[in-house]
Amino acid sequence: MNDEAIIVVKDLFKRFGKVEALNGVSLEVDRGQVVVIIGPSGSGKSTLLRCINYLEAPTSGEVWVEGKRLTTDQRQLNAVRAEIGLVFQLFNLFPHLTALENVTLAQRVVRRRSREEAERVARQQLEHVGIPEKADSYPGQLSGGQQQRVAIARALAMNPKIMLFDEPTSALDPEMIKEVLDVMLALAAEGMTMLVVSHEMGFVRAAADEMIFLDEGRIVEQTTPQELFTNPKEERTKLFLSQILQH
Amino acid sequence: MAEHTSTSFVEAAPKPRIGQEPVGRRLVDLPWWFIGIVVVVLWAWVGILATPNFNEAFQWIKVGIATTLVTSIIAYVLAIVLGLLTGLGRMSHNVVIRNVARMYVELIRGIPMLVLIFFIAFVLFSGRENVPMLARAIIALAVTYGAFLAEVFRAGIQSIGRGQMEAARSLGMRYGQAMRHIILPQAIRNVLPALGNDFVSMVKDSSLVSVLAVRDMTQIARLYAGSTFRFPEAYVTLAVLYLTITVALSMAVAAYERRLRRHE
Repeated sequence: MNDEAIIVVKDLFKRFGKVEALNGVSLEVDRGQVVVIIGPSGSGKSTLLRCINYLEAPTSGEVWVEGKRLTTDQRQLNAVRAEIGLVFQLFNLFPHLTALENVTLAQRVVRRRSREEAERVARQQLEHVGIPEKADSYPGQLSGGQQQRVAIARALAMNPKIMLFDEPTSALDPEMIKEVLDVMLALAAEGMTMLVVSHEMGFVRAAADEMIFLDEGRIVEQTTPQELFTNPKEERTKLFLSQILQH
Repeated sequence: MAEHTSTSFVEAAPKPRIGQEPVGRRLVDLPWWFIGIVVVVLWAWVGILATPNFNEAFQWIKVGIATTLVTSIIAYVLAIVLGLLTGLGRMSHNVVIRNVARMYVELIRGIPMLVLIFFIAFVLFSGRENVPMLARAIIALAVTYGAFLAEVFRAGIQSIGRGQMEAARSLGMRYGQAMRHIILPQAIRNVLPALGNDFVSMVKDSSLVSVLAVRDMTQIARLYAGSTFRFPEAYVTLAVLYLTITVALSMAVAAYERRLRRHE
């Protein structure tokens, strides 16, 4: 294990009933690295992300975050989750709270920050994602792209060391994808460690340090974006790339 | 009870066909049945107050209004606490808590409320002369309604999408914190109309405590009828009194619901 690795996953298996979602996945993510996971639907991409913060407890295998192995100990998990931001496909904003309250709540409850401190950080983060004027709007009053940006601000306000993105743009209308990707690109440029499930090739080209192709719960190929696109080794990778790059 | 006495006044009217949406509220959309009830109640009050025998019955029975309302309110508050705890317990990860909660709900559901009131008052509290009948009655109502409200709260909590809990947990919140700050505020909002309607039911079911000789409206009406043999005077007046209270409460619930929807 190298010292730079902030996430280490060893031989991860996850079974849902009879379905094998993950079939022995091992990977390492270095500090500051942007790793993009691609793969067909049902290949275990989301499950992998959700196992890394133990939102799903793996059936077997190990997850190490910053040199500590995760267990099912709730106190440890809560502490680790506060360090790992997760952005969902469907945003999952809290609809009964304003954008500002969405971003302040966990800071106050988990980080125990004062109201003033939490609001200062929240406004800063809303500024960061480009919608400071929406602080007092409820999620229902925001467009999909704005909601996803609030969700990113909510995660960033915890000062996470790692950000996980689970298909952050696939529920968005085309004209809103760019505004979310721009935020993610800026984040990558700032040196955030990111693990991203996405098929947005523009983002991949601009930001990915490494690509993982996942199929049937296994890593088929793990390499640089350039290598993957120009010289894929496996037949399945070629087939999948030809499908998503056709258009 | 919760299941069979929905008194909501906001059941959706049939959707107007496309192209026919009325500009304002059309005459046929008015709740005529409700206006009818209000007219009947008002007409009954004029009759009761103007007729000496009915008026006398009312003068008696009105002494019990406070007991009926106080019994209902205290029992309802206790039932909400009990129902919330039980509803949460039914979704607990702890197998013991989950089963105890389930057993309580199923046990209570399987026993008629009247029998339960007798059981709690005369079996559970047998030999405890220092516990007044009013307290036993309130406890009996609270225990019964706690089981119903547990199911209301459980349904409310389950109506909140899984993503809400996941988002809260992924930010590092504990289960309890996520429940308190994220799930319950949304769940309770969703079930407020149901809770309101259950309170209306509680007011009506509180008449059962008259079997414990608690001097609520019903018990006083029985006493009056028994001593004067004026059965129509006693029970018509009693029915109108209950109807007045429940209609007023239902209107309050409906108005509150409308306000909630306006804020959505």
